[in-house]
Amino acid sequence: MYDVAIIGAGIIGAMTARELARYELKICVLEKESDVALGATKANSAIVHAGFDAKEGSLKAKLNVQGAKLMEQTARELGVKYIKNGSLVIGFDENDEKQLELLLERGKANGTEDLEIVRGERLKQLEPNISDSAVCALWAPTGAIICPYELALAAMGNAMDNGAELETDFEVSKIKSEQGAYMLCSNDGREICAKFVVNAAGLYSDKVAQMIGDRSFKVHPRKGEYILLDKKCGNLARHTIFRTPSKMGKGILVTPTVDGNLLLGPTSVDTEDKSDKDTTAQGFARIIKEAAENIKGIPFNKTITSFCGLRAVGDTGDFIINSPKERFINAAGIESPGLSASPAIAKLVCQMLWEQGLDLAEKSDFIKCRAPMHAFREASIEEKNEIIKKDRSFGKIVCRCEGITEGEILQAIRTNPKARDMDGVKRRTRAQMGRCQGGFCSPYIAELIAKELDIPYEKVTKSGKGSYILTGKTKGE
Amino acid sequence: MRELVVIGGGPAGMSAAIAAYESGIRDILIIEREESLGGILRQCIHNGFGLHKFGEELTGPEYAYRYEQKVHEYGIEYKLSTTVIDITEDKVITATNASDGIFMVEAKAVVLAMGCRERSKGALNIAGARPSGIYSAGTAQKYVNIKGYMLGKSVVILGSGDIGLIMARRMTVEGAHVKAVCELMPYSGGLARNIHQCLDDFDIPLKLSHTVVQLHGKERLTGVTIAKVDDERKPIEETKEFIECDTLLLSVGLIPENELSEKASVKLDGITGGAQVDQNRETSVDGIFACGNVLHVHDLVDYVSDEAEIAGRSAASYIKGELAKKAEIKITRDEKIRYTVPQYITDEADVYFRTADVYKNVTLTVYKDGKAVYSKKKLKTAPGEMEKIHLDKSVIEGAEKIHIGLECRQ
Repeated sequence: MYDVAIIGAGIIGAMTARELARYELKICVLEKESDVALGATKANSAIVHAGFDAKEGSLKAKLNVQGAKLMEQTARELGVKYIKNGSLVIGFDENDEKQLELLLERGKANGTEDLEIVRGERLKQLEPNISDSAVCALWAPTGAIICPYELALAAMGNAMDNGAELETDFEVSKIKSEQGAYMLCSNDGREICAKFVVNAAGLYSDKVAQMIGDRSFKVHPRKGEYILLDKKCGNLARHTIFRTPSKMGKGILVTPTVDGNLLLGPTSVDTEDKSDKDTTAQGFARIIKEAAENIKGIPFNKTITSFCGLRAVGDTGDFIINSPKERFINAAGIESPGLSASPAIAKLVCQMLWEQGLDLAEKSDFIKCRAPMHAFREASIEEKNEIIKKDRSFGKIVCRCEGITEGEILQAIRTNPKARDMDGVKRRTRAQMGRCQGGFCSPYIAELIAKELDIPYEKVTKSGKGSYILTGKTKGE
Repeated sequence: MRELVVIGGGPAGMSAAIAAYESGIRDILIIEREESLGGILRQCIHNGFGLHKFGEELTGPEYAYRYEQKVHEYGIEYKLSTTVIDITEDKVITATNASDGIFMVEAKAVVLAMGCRERSKGALNIAGARPSGIYSAGTAQKYVNIKGYMLGKSVVILGSGDIGLIMARRMTVEGAHVKAVCELMPYSGGLARNIHQCLDDFDIPLKLSHTVVQLHGKERLTGVTIAKVDDERKPIEETKEFIECDTLLLSVGLIPENELSEKASVKLDGITGGAQVDQNRETSVDGIFACGNVLHVHDLVDYVSDEAEIAGRSAASYIKGELAKKAEIKITRDEKIRYTVPQYITDEADVYFRTADVYKNVTLTVYKDGKAVYSKKKLKTAPGEMEKIHLDKSVIEGAEKIHIGLECRQ
């Protein structure tokens, strides 16, 4: 019997697990996919919003500002890269400027600090490659960038280091309520019992809520396509560049990533299909057109990949964080600014669980920090040689484009939450994420995975079940 | 301080090292990132290598082995499983491997021979999901020929570069059904002989002016939608066609891998993607030479060896202080010629080039200071086949401008 079961290992589930792991609790996180952070967390704009966007008084506004303030320290503890690069919402005409004034006021009301409207030379100084047609911008120095799946992996890893358990490929299909506890059944016949349940199932959180009879909300997917450019382009923009929001939404943004790439996107298209992550020709065309209007000289031929994410959009206009039933908490409809708000959402959920009777006794041996997975990558040559002396595998580079060593890949397969497939290694180490996209190193990485997991080479997958890479041996073998 | 460091132990690197040795240099180090010498030839188990160089048809590993033997015979030093991570303009090389850790070597001369990489799927922006079953042709070749594993049962290939053509045949021989090779351009990017031997002989359709517009499948690829493209290479909606397949191979171009060259401030040619060099294959940085696919993508390894020998000999002359001043006459060209290597010239040399399109009844003319001094006829030229023109001493001597012109009847 677990004290708490969390459904969903996205950013909300992972951060909540990490928050709860501070206490003497038996925790289990149930994830329907093969790894952490494969839903909305995997593919979004990777931004910690300053907090001027959401409507005054909303949960989104409150938790964004609180979360953004907690983020820097959380990232430091979890060894996750966080860069306070600031954001600019640019305006092209007087109408836009009026909008920006409104945003400024809203930001102030929400508690966002240091907001300022900049123009002309000042704007050019802040962002040298800004479009010549941009006349003004709302500058938010507290805006930041972070890698969302790195944060979720680190939070889950830290929770696991503190005793939390992760069950992957566990799709909750039925929830039975019996004798002060919930029985969570998977579609392949596994069962887990917990006194308290947190529904952080992202796109599927409405479906999960329905399992206990809560039909008060719906979640639908909204597609967002992105294009990622080579590291040679990351310095083209210093800030995260938004456009003035219109009826059509926030528009295409241009932002550097914490790893030095340039990210362009997202589109915004409502869909019905919760598994439709197809990129589209129309999406590419729109991103390319609008991104080029924000920043000058984007070399689109330096594109290394493109992808599509699905936002989990609730039908209430705000985050849905409530308790529809005793000892059951919904943390649903967490669309933007969900990543920014996630540390605050985790604390709020914790508080709500306590109010419902969960005993929160602090652990004396809580491990607060997690060693950064990128530590080796960023060490000096002397430090690296010290590490190589102790473990020779750190001397051998496997992914030449990103300079990732065998040691780092083995670490990803051996450290909580352990990588189980090619994409799992990619998200944890950046190996295969560079300009050749795994062309050279993937056969060797597959070998490392097979050896570490003690499975046949042909059983290594790209991303969980069904995504096989090899069909078997050749005729001569 | 080393006399010569060669980066890359493939056909270019080995040829350069051997040529330098034969020119009297003894203190040579080859740095190779893979676990053995040979480079990409190790996985090219088909034949057709060495026709020009040895007058016989060898497989890739056989061709490489001849050079490996020479490396051993001469006792040229090499480090395997060692990756160079930095080169400075002063020729200080930083490399790493499991036994030495990260170390630095200073060299009098450097030969860049790092080869090229394949253009990836990501660079193409094909619509659809991201299932497994999509490989670049060279990666597929490694899985099949080196690791001994098959990738799928029904295959579509996008791009008709040589590796794609070779893999069409290889996958067929291994029992897969190769349903089509789609080529965006109205002509193939591969060698004519590969189209005959790898596609025609196996009844594999080559669909020119076609591309893949959509990927299907969530976990593993289940099919692709292809379409014919118009003159502007835009897909034509009415021609869309679904092909069921579990595997897509991409052979959509090779890119010289010059990230290290850039760190050493070597000037690159925007068209070849490789360094700008003179007839000695010396780059814009004194004492740094380049050869093989890192300089420009070759069709035939025989020409790689030729070029690498020039680079190796020149590096030896440089070390001995005998290399002539860097060439300053830039070769200019008609638009129908995409690029030339070398780009600069002061002495007798073979000039390699590719044409921008398929041309017939071609006349090539070399102009010395505006005056035609040499011409040569060719029945046909194509971007997929590298051309060569020899400029002898009489053409070069005393010239201030060299221009290569191309006329044709299309």
